Amino acid sequence: MTSRKTIEMLEASASDQNLLTEKPMSQWRLTLIRFRGRTSGMVGLSIVVMLILVAVFAPLIAPYEPNEVLIGKGEAGPREKPCVHVLGCDEDVEQHILGTDANVRDYFSRIVFGARVSLTLGFFTVTLALIVGSFFGAVAGYVGGWFDNIIMRIMDVILGFPSLLLAIAIVSVLGPGLQNALIAIAVVSIPAYARVMRSQVLTIKESDFVAASTALGASWRHILLRRVVPNALTPLVVLATLGVATAILEAAGLSFLGLGAQPPTAEWGTMLANERNNVFTSPHLVFFPGLAIMITVLGFNLMGDGLRDALDPTLNR
Amino acid sequence: MTDNLVQIRNLAKEFPVKGGVFQREIATVNAVSDVNLDIPRGETIGLVGESGCGKTTLGRMLVRLLEPTRGTIEFDGEDITHVKGGDLKRFRRRMQFIFQDPYGSLDPRTQVGQSISEGLRLHGIGNKDERQERVVEMLEVVGLKAAHAGRYPHEFSGGQRQRIGIARALILRPDLVVADEPVSALDVSVQAQVLNLLKELQSELNLTLLFVAHNLAVVEHISDKVAVMYLGRIVEMTDRDSLYRKPLHPYTEALLSAIPIPDPDRAKNRQILYGEIPSPLNPPLGCHFHPRCPIAIEGICEVDAPSLAARQDNGGHLAACHLRTGAHINLDPRAP
Repeated sequence: MTSRKTIEMLEASASDQNLLTEKPMSQWRLTLIRFRGRTSGMVGLSIVVMLILVAVFAPLIAPYEPNEVLIGKGEAGPREKPCVHVLGCDEDVEQHILGTDANVRDYFSRIVFGARVSLTLGFFTVTLALIVGSFFGAVAGYVGGWFDNIIMRIMDVILGFPSLLLAIAIVSVLGPGLQNALIAIAVVSIPAYARVMRSQVLTIKESDFVAASTALGASWRHILLRRVVPNALTPLVVLATLGVATAILEAAGLSFLGLGAQPPTAEWGTMLANERNNVFTSPHLVFFPGLAIMITVLGFNLMGDGLRDALDPTLNR
Repeated sequence: MTDNLVQIRNLAKEFPVKGGVFQREIATVNAVSDVNLDIPRGETIGLVGESGCGKTTLGRMLVRLLEPTRGTIEFDGEDITHVKGGDLKRFRRRMQFIFQDPYGSLDPRTQVGQSISEGLRLHGIGNKDERQERVVEMLEVVGLKAAHAGRYPHEFSGGQRQRIGIARALILRPDLVVADEPVSALDVSVQAQVLNLLKELQSELNLTLLFVAHNLAVVEHISDKVAVMYLGRIVEMTDRDSLYRKPLHPYTEALLSAIPIPDPDRAKNRQILYGEIPSPLNPPLGCHFHPRCPIAIEGICEVDAPSLAARQDNGGHLAACHLRTGAHINLDPRAP
């Protein structure tokens, strides 16, 4: 169709780019390559992967059942010190690598199973908040007008309370328990996702490629789902990763206050709370759940930071 | 009467300016006011004017990306000013838009093949294989290769992206294409490629093209007719040769004299316009151009807005100037 001369000219510019030989690079692939080059992000990712493995294979890793009371089944007494045979602990004494708690349960097993509780809670909370928050944010940003105003003012009200205080209020209405803590923390973190999503949608819906879709005859639903939302996801991924850390921390906080996981569930916050009066006599019972919480939060935060750097085009190389 | 694909009548677009605590409308920007424009089938109309004169707004209204405030747009004999839903979709298939910014007009998360075939999918044309075939065909038309379909926009250069944008606009075989400064974001060397491509496609597909630009040399290269806009109004409209050889409106004269000529002996009689382009928030009364016009006459030009009128010796050459079209004879400044 086009004249030979133009074709030749255009082809010359097309073939000098290695575009025909190299593999296509999607944004996600590029991100992955950039992510791999960042040490802190990779450390975070390793921690998170390790935690997930621990949670999945908890029954294989833990030597005892988490709630198994070992009275009469061995020599161990309550609040036994950690004993690791390889590290020189007397062979006669039963091995509990992190000691036992007040009810003579193996503390290591409880901490391993605690990873399950914390991780599932973190993931479910964030998923719930992410879905609800980005739905409202996307609709508010896309529709605009009074609808936007109403939704965002509600979000502002939620955001106006200190998050833990509001979570406590919600749990006291719903009643204590892990599930209600999950709901409370999700509700508290909805506004963050809604706001980020809304601001993304506001920018993207004015972009030329959305106008191009409109000009081609796309419906608003097609534009919102195929054009706007996929392009808005990047900062939400970062926020969600960081959000898992916050959710785990808040869940531990609620459990510490007795509003989250209830005994005998092995939950790090609850375990910390139960033994807080014995911090001077048996410090290991307070130290290890705290360490577990810290490592988890650190892992997700590092991973989130790495992701943010990898996804931010302004920091590109 | 020539066969007009598009007839624009008294088209206007006002953007409200909101302010204050309650976001009340405190002013309006008259981006486009009372524009009449006929686009003959199969021709290329160049629309020129400086930044902010409303040329992009006009182009966007024409393809219904913006809602006009007043006036009518007729497309192929049908009024499309306010059509909605399925009817609008039917027209969307026949008119397309090429964007100025090749970096913002392609979805960064979508493979270019998908972007190009989006129109076919939306209008339910062909099955998957046929669509793929059309995409490959279209890629070759714009000088790219079939293998490029699976790539992402960021892997292409600006000129290549602009050609992808052209492929996307033309795959539906539209009757009308509005090209909004399609080359102004590109290097001069690449501009020629894209312009020649557009020109060739235009004649081969019998496209009607509204070519919006601020570069007069580019417009001269591609257009059959040229319309000059100033502050939301068309001030002069005629075929390309009369405009470039014998401009009527003083604004057009000034624009043409601003084209750099690579000849040190000829670049003497440059007309320089003083002052800024007035704010469309508060346009001057009468002729919008009178504060900067070298030939404005007091008592006429700041009182009455001239309408587009034909020159005495050339009925196809329209200009909105009291002094140059002879319309001022009817206007007595002392009359009540």
